[in-house]
Amino acid sequence: MSSTKHELEKDEPRPLYMDFQATTPMDPRVLDAMLPYQVNYYGNPHSRTHAYGWESESAMETARKQQVADLIGADPREIIFTSGATESNNMAIKGVARFYQAKKRHVITTQTEHKCVLDSCRVLESEGFSITYLPVQTNGLLDLELLEASIRPDTSLLSVMTINNEIGVRQPIEEIGQICRSKGVFFHTDAAQAVGKIPLNVTDCKIDLMSISGHKIYGPKGVGALYVRRRPRVRMEPIQNGGGQERGLRSGTVPTPLAVGLGAACSIAQHEMEYDHNRVSMLANRLVQKIMAGLPDVIMNGDPVRRYPGCVNLSFAYVEGESLLMALKDVALSSGSACTSASLEPSYVLRAIGADEDLAHSSIRFGIGRFTTEEEVDYTAEKCIHQVSRLREMSPLWEMVQEGIDLKSIKWTQH
Amino acid sequence: MAASARAQVISLYRSMLSASKKFPSYNYRTYALRRVRDAFRANRNIEDPKTVARLMTEGQQTLALIQRQVTIGKMFESQKIVVEG
Repeated sequence: MSSTKHELEKDEPRPLYMDFQATTPMDPRVLDAMLPYQVNYYGNPHSRTHAYGWESESAMETARKQQVADLIGADPREIIFTSGATESNNMAIKGVARFYQAKKRHVITTQTEHKCVLDSCRVLESEGFSITYLPVQTNGLLDLELLEASIRPDTSLLSVMTINNEIGVRQPIEEIGQICRSKGVFFHTDAAQAVGKIPLNVTDCKIDLMSISGHKIYGPKGVGALYVRRRPRVRMEPIQNGGGQERGLRSGTVPTPLAVGLGAACSIAQHEMEYDHNRVSMLANRLVQKIMAGLPDVIMNGDPVRRYPGCVNLSFAYVEGESLLMALKDVALSSGSACTSASLEPSYVLRAIGADEDLAHSSIRFGIGRFTTEEEVDYTAEKCIHQVSRLREMSPLWEMVQEGIDLKSIKWTQH
Repeated sequence: MAASARAQVISLYRSMLSASKKFPSYNYRTYALRRVRDAFRANRNIEDPKTVARLMTEGQQTLALIQRQVTIGKMFESQKIVVEG
C-alpha cells in the first residue's frame, strides 16, 4: 500500500482533517500552557532542592489534581502519568493480573478492544492465564448477561473500552461497573476516546482503573494517565521500575510540559464538554444525513443511539474502501479495514459485529471534532457522494445489482 | 450594565475577533471566531458587576493567548487546506 503514500508538494493544498479518532490537533490553549515549561521552567519535577524542581513539581501536581482528577471525579493520588493509553492499558492489565495471580488466573475482555489490550491479554495467556474474549452483538454492544455469566471465582479483572475508536459505540459502563463490583472483579476501562467528551465519573460508574490519552483530547502526544482506585484499593505490579516516581507504579521522570499539556487539555475539555458535544452531534447528523440522502446502500456500523456522535463508520456497498480513500484524497480519513497496514484482512472490530465481509472492506471512518467546520462537513459529504457514485458506475457488481440480480445467488466459478 | 462597562465589553469583543481573524490555521481561526462569538452571546445578559469583571479579566487573558498563538502560527505556517479560498 506504500504506492499510495505521497507527501504534499510545497504549494499543494492540505487535505481537510476528518480523522479525529486517530489523533487530534493540539488546542492552542494547551500549547500556550506548555510552552513556558519547554523554554524557561525546565526543571525536573522530582528535584527537591531548588526552585526549578519546585515550580515544575507544582505544575505537575496542578495538572494531576485540578485538571485530570477533577475531570473524572478522582482523587489526585489516584492519577498516574504515563506515556499514553497504550502504556496505561499494559500497566492495568498485566499489572493487576500478575499481582493477584496466586489466587486469580482469569481475565475477561472483549473482541473489540484496542490492539494493546488484546495483545497484553495474549502475553498473559502465554504466562498461563486464562482469558475470555467476549463477543459483541451486531450493534457493537456487549450482552450484559453473557458478561455476568463469564465471571468466575478466579476472575481478577474485566477490561472493556468506554467508546470504541473504530465505530464509536458506547458500552454500558455504569451497568458493567455495577456487575463487577457486585462480583468482586476489578473493572478497567480504556477511556481514551471518551474522557473529556462525555461525562465520566469513576465513582458513579464503579470504575477501578481507567486509561486516558492526551492526544485524543487536543492535548500533546506522548502522554496519558492511568487512574488507579485507592478505595477499595487496587494493587498492581509495576511494569516500569526505577526511582519510585508515581507511587512506585511508573518510575521515570514525569515530563512536566506534557503533564501540563494533558492537564490543560482535560481542564479545557471539562469546560467545553457540552458546547463541543452539541456541535459535534450537529455536524455528525449533517454529514450522515447529507450522505444518506445522496447515496443508496450506505450502512452505519454500530448502534445508532448508544454512540459517540463524532465517530461515524459507514460502509458503502459495492465500493472498495481503499479505492474510495484514494479517491477522497482531499479529505484525511481512515478506513475501518486493516488493509491500510500490511494485511488485506478487514478490521477485527467490523468482523466482531458480524459485518458482511464485503461491507467490512467498504467501510470508512469519519472523525469529527472540536475544530471541524460546517464547510468541511459539506465538502466531505459532496466529495463522498460524487466519488462513491463514480466508483459504483465502474463496478460490474453494481451493474448486476441494478439489474435486480441477487449477488448472493451467484455461483462464482474457479478458473 | 453601566454604559462604560458595556463599552468596554464591546471593545474587548472586537479586539478578540480581530485577533482571532489573524490565525493562519483555518481550523484555529474558524474555531476562535466562533467560540468568542458564542461565549459573548451566552453571557450577554449577565448583570452582576463582579461576574462581569471576572469575565472581562478572563477575556483579556484569552486575548493575550490568541495573540501569542497567532504569532507562533505565523512562524510555522504551512499550506492552506482545500476548503480555503
